Amino acid sequence: MTVNAQLRWRKFVSNFMLTMTGVCALISVSVLFFILGYLVYHGGAAINWDFFTKLPAPVGENGGGMANAIVGSAKLLLLATCFGVPIGFFGAIYLAEFSSSKIAFVVRYAADLLNGVPSIVIGIFAYSLAVQPFKHFSTYAGGFALGVMMIPITLRSTEEFLLGVPRSLREGAMALGASKWKTIATVIVPAAYRGILTAILLAFARVAGETAPLLFTALGNRFWSNGWNEPTASLPVMIYNYALSPFDDWHRQAWAAGLVLLALILIINIVARAILSRGVSVPRA
Amino acid sequence: MHASVRQAVSVNITPPATTGASRETAAPADMRMTISKVNFWYGPKQTLFDINLGIASSKVTALIGPSGCGKSTLLRTLDRMHETVRNARLAGEILLDGKNILAQDVTQLRRRVGMVFQRPNPFPKSIFENVAYGLRINGSKLPMPEAVEKSLRHAALWDEVKDHLHKSAYELSGGQQQRLCIARALAVEPEVLLLDEPCSALDPISTAKIEELLVQLKDLCTIVTVTHNMQQAARISDFTAFLLNGQIIEFSPTPQLFTKPTDPRTEAYITGRFG
Amino acid sequence: MATTTTTVPSEGPLAGSRSFFDRLRDGDEIARLITFLFAASVVLITLLIVYELWQGSVLPRHKFGFAFFRTSVWDPNFEQFGALPFIFGTLVTSAVALFIAVPLGIGAAIFLAELATARLSDALEFFIDLLAAVPSVIYGLLGIFIVVPVMRDVIQPALKNTLGFIPLFKGPAFGIGFLTAGVVLAIMVIPYIISVSREILLSVPRDQREAALALGSTRWESTWKVVVPFARTGIMGSIFLALARALGETMAVTMVIGNTPAIAASLFSPGDSIASVIANQFTEATGELYTQSLIELGLVLFLLTFILNGLARLLIVLTSQRGGTVHA
Repeated sequence: MTVNAQLRWRKFVSNFMLTMTGVCALISVSVLFFILGYLVYHGGAAINWDFFTKLPAPVGENGGGMANAIVGSAKLLLLATCFGVPIGFFGAIYLAEFSSSKIAFVVRYAADLLNGVPSIVIGIFAYSLAVQPFKHFSTYAGGFALGVMMIPITLRSTEEFLLGVPRSLREGAMALGASKWKTIATVIVPAAYRGILTAILLAFARVAGETAPLLFTALGNRFWSNGWNEPTASLPVMIYNYALSPFDDWHRQAWAAGLVLLALILIINIVARAILSRGVSVPRA
Repeated sequence: MHASVRQAVSVNITPPATTGASRETAAPADMRMTISKVNFWYGPKQTLFDINLGIASSKVTALIGPSGCGKSTLLRTLDRMHETVRNARLAGEILLDGKNILAQDVTQLRRRVGMVFQRPNPFPKSIFENVAYGLRINGSKLPMPEAVEKSLRHAALWDEVKDHLHKSAYELSGGQQQRLCIARALAVEPEVLLLDEPCSALDPISTAKIEELLVQLKDLCTIVTVTHNMQQAARISDFTAFLLNGQIIEFSPTPQLFTKPTDPRTEAYITGRFG
Repeated sequence: MATTTTTVPSEGPLAGSRSFFDRLRDGDEIARLITFLFAASVVLITLLIVYELWQGSVLPRHKFGFAFFRTSVWDPNFEQFGALPFIFGTLVTSAVALFIAVPLGIGAAIFLAELATARLSDALEFFIDLLAAVPSVIYGLLGIFIVVPVMRDVIQPALKNTLGFIPLFKGPAFGIGFLTAGVVLAIMVIPYIISVSREILLSVPRDQREAALALGSTRWESTWKVVVPFARTGIMGSIFLALARALGETMAVTMVIGNTPAIAASLFSPGDSIASVIANQFTEATGELYTQSLIELGLVLFLLTFILNGLARLLIVLTSQRGGTVHA
């Protein structure tokens, strides 16, 4: 049978465009591998023991490391988690277990709004609240800024997983005479723990790489930061400063820091998703 | 009682053989489509077994049977829609006007064999554009407004929508949307129209309208319809095939199948003992 | 409903206030109260942000009023602060980013939703999600050391040679500037367009595509003329989401945009964006007016992303109401 020219053209267009969409997908995904490749290539060469153990060398000198930035980031993230996770977690419990739908709507709306606030604006906010009144930059302020950013992710995800716990579990506990808070603490939260843990990890990974909020809160520090009330170095800010500097050695260190940071974030992401995919016990809402 | 049933009885056409395992046979000239030795699998599971069937030209053929018997599966092979599912496999031959559809270009085939689905599924476009869609993609040179009107008239919808052609199709009622889907399918002037339980999602009044419509459409094209409603099959079809567990148990002119079925399983089904 | 046994004091200050203290002793009431406080703090923080931004920008708002948005002079030395160059830079870089990211992203989403097997689609989506997790500063790092040289040595000269007659591609090209920032932004927002669009396309009812195929459409025709239009509201939503992200992106942009408050026709020109100027100048701002002008810029950014995110969510919800179910 004869296939007329118009049909041939339509089929050609179809095959061509569908191939093009495949190309788009290929390009998009390969960006990830390019990023990883470059970081491993440039950063891998620069990573050495000094990087993890030494302080930054005086400006202009080669060598030194980012030990203070690594510790600084750890401190900031610890503060952020201690501030942001409880708010998100307990807030989610309120939304899922106690609240009326009106209040729930308002809180969810606020959380979504908060989630969309650009990180630089969070930085301004944290500056107004935690730096200006005290007239100095501090690790507290940086931890606060990052903690605020952790709240929405933790809140929404935890709520979703709590709501996903089947009715039958709740009713079973209640039927045995458990009070509401006991049911939550001993049955519901444990049932949803995988999802909650994932949520916390993902929130953590998200703020671990944030730079902008730290620029005017924790600022930076070329030396060890003592305690929590002083400005502190952090990996993302170091990368930023070093990358923009004119020194090749600093560029090299920026790559190394980038590799470490990205490796940390990607590993946390992969672990978080792995935890989630193993959890058959928690149906997603 | 229905005019079409009386008409079917008086029609001069060689009825398919009804002996034994009751497979088809009729003079090929009267058959618009011929299905022979068709077996079908979804993955490892076989769902159609040695199907042999003739679809008579300009007649309504109904496929009936209990849920899961394979009637929809069989219908969907007729325009090769089974190919949209990854693990589907078909063996055998399906002829349209004597030529095997499996060896043809599928896009062209589907212009000649149209389909109306169980739930009305108009596109998110205006009524006009829905009907015009098939014409546009096939590069029809016909003037659109006339072609659209013709289809809508054939689908008995024109009077209801002629002043609202540019409104969204979603503003129509369920029954109207289904008639719109029929109009859309008719616009490309198919030789065969397949309908997969076209009324199961509709109210009784809409159902009646569409049943009336199908009988009239015989003159335009050959109709094959799947239905789980036996009374509907009895009302509107000229030939009925009864399927059970992926096999054709009986295939006869409709009045014969419903009044004097030869297979005891057919009788059990139509008297409501199962299904 | 736990039962608590209490002895009712018949006299003294506690007599008659049984119900309140009873409720308090009931762990549930305490739990409700405590968790409520946490939930309320979320709302409080959000309100505080708005308040601080508003209060913190009182000086320039009174001094400049709406002229703030029309003036293109940003001169701290003379206390002249006009936001126009930064608004311009933000819009231009976002436009470039969307121009590149939208076709690529929707194309990839179509592939993932319509063509790829479920396994392949999920696997690729996994990588796309990882891409979304890469921090801005790392994109900036790659921007400076990889994208900028490529732009300077390869792409920009090529553009000048072929399209140099268009004002967009005139002028000196150093690798940094609007175009480069737009390209880096594009890479950053593609994952959002892909994820959301893919989910929306997957939710389009099967029988829409089947109806199109049954009329004799080719696969592309059924996808492009039926499935995508069905999903178009939600896809618009994904684009708005991407735009909202692009507007607020700070680090990657600030590292490659050139940090010059310039309004220019050429994409090769260095410029500045709202987020980037805040990042660069905030800690060095001397004087209240200067600092507060930067805060006012933050307020602008907040409002822009607020509106865009709101619109995006609305559009995505509208799609799900039409017949697809989307987990937005």
